[in-house]
Amino acid sequence: MEHYLSLLVQAVFIENMALAFFLGMCTFIAISKKIEAAIGLGIAVVVVLTITVPVNNLIYNYVLREGALDWAGMPGTDLSFLGLITYIGVIAAIVQIMEMVLDKYIPALYAALGVFLPLITVNCAILGAALFMVERDYNFGESVVFGFGAGLGWALAIVALAGIREKLKYSDVPPGLRGLGITFITVGLMSLGFMSFSGISL
Amino acid sequence: MATTSAKQVLFEPIFSNNPIALQILGICSALAVTSSLNVTIVMCISVIAVTAFSNLAVSLIRSQIPGSIRIIVQMTIIASLVIVVDQLLKAYAYEISKQLSVFVGLIITNCIVMGRAEGFAMQNGPWLSFLDGVGNGLGYSVLLLFVGFWRELFGSGSLFGYTILSPVNEGGWYVTNGLLLLPPSAFFIIGLSIWALRTWKPEQVEEPDYKLSAHKAREAF
Repeated sequence: MEHYLSLLVQAVFIENMALAFFLGMCTFIAISKKIEAAIGLGIAVVVVLTITVPVNNLIYNYVLREGALDWAGMPGTDLSFLGLITYIGVIAAIVQIMEMVLDKYIPALYAALGVFLPLITVNCAILGAALFMVERDYNFGESVVFGFGAGLGWALAIVALAGIREKLKYSDVPPGLRGLGITFITVGLMSLGFMSFSGISL
Repeated sequence: MATTSAKQVLFEPIFSNNPIALQILGICSALAVTSSLNVTIVMCISVIAVTAFSNLAVSLIRSQIPGSIRIIVQMTIIASLVIVVDQLLKAYAYEISKQLSVFVGLIITNCIVMGRAEGFAMQNGPWLSFLDGVGNGLGYSVLLLFVGFWRELFGSGSLFGYTILSPVNEGGWYVTNGLLLLPPSAFFIIGLSIWALRTWKPEQVEEPDYKLSAHKAREAF
């Protein structure tokens, strides 16, 4: 249990997807002008990551990994080079399915997430989490915790940035820095703040 | 777009329409791989290759792709190219591919590749698309190398692994700036280089949402 808790803290704060690994930066910068939009996107990322990372974990462990096809009578087959295309396919498929399910059963949430769901397919945080999961060799339980934690950390970061940017638009920024420039510097300062978590281990 | 010349397509993205600084595309991987120049160069070459060839492939089959599934077709082409690059790196530059870790795979979701395939290659011929891919790849590389240059020079006192400023802990005189090797510095350098680029080319400056009005305190008296 303690191991999972420590993994969660690590995924949310210490190895924050956005601020320590720069993943999902494009959407992170583009969708952080309004706090409502940021919250919507944050929730969508948490949900998608919590589902896709464990699913990709199962696929990796039972189909792609070297020797994983033993149960099908094909020992020694190594399909791991197909990893990238499989993960992105799984992510695209799951996002599509989620869209249909939400549309049918929870229309309120579907309307709230709106355009953000399809955007998530090309969010590098999602694919990045799948690749980290493979690289660090997480088991199924760990991958659930890691997926959720990584999503939560990303959501936290984008909501915080949106809050700062909402205030920032009233301030007098030098012309060349307006918009993108000052946003990068703000994110840099946030990232500096998140680095103070780096000593924590449970 | 019929009048665009090859030269324009190739060189425009480098400064006047830089994918990172102006179009906000492909920042994700731009930052993580810049702490040493060797790794940065390999990443740049990979991105240029993937962007150019995916543009070429998409453009060749653009009239055969049904509109409704074009995204997934582009995605498959890009993913296949990235797998080729990944396998090549693992075979010939294993050390560097270890350092790049997940970021080679993340070229798939690099918005530059996808954005150019969707935005340019779907409407233009193969040769122009190929050049557009190279140009955008170069624009990405210029900024990446710029960031990598400062980070490696002042962060560890070397360039491409060769010592330029001999650091103190090896008996030299230069006290290395550890901050530059940490993630936040990449954000600062990109922010500052955007500032420099926009001072040089003022037409890229964004309009503010709110303007400061003149000071009116005197009217109160």
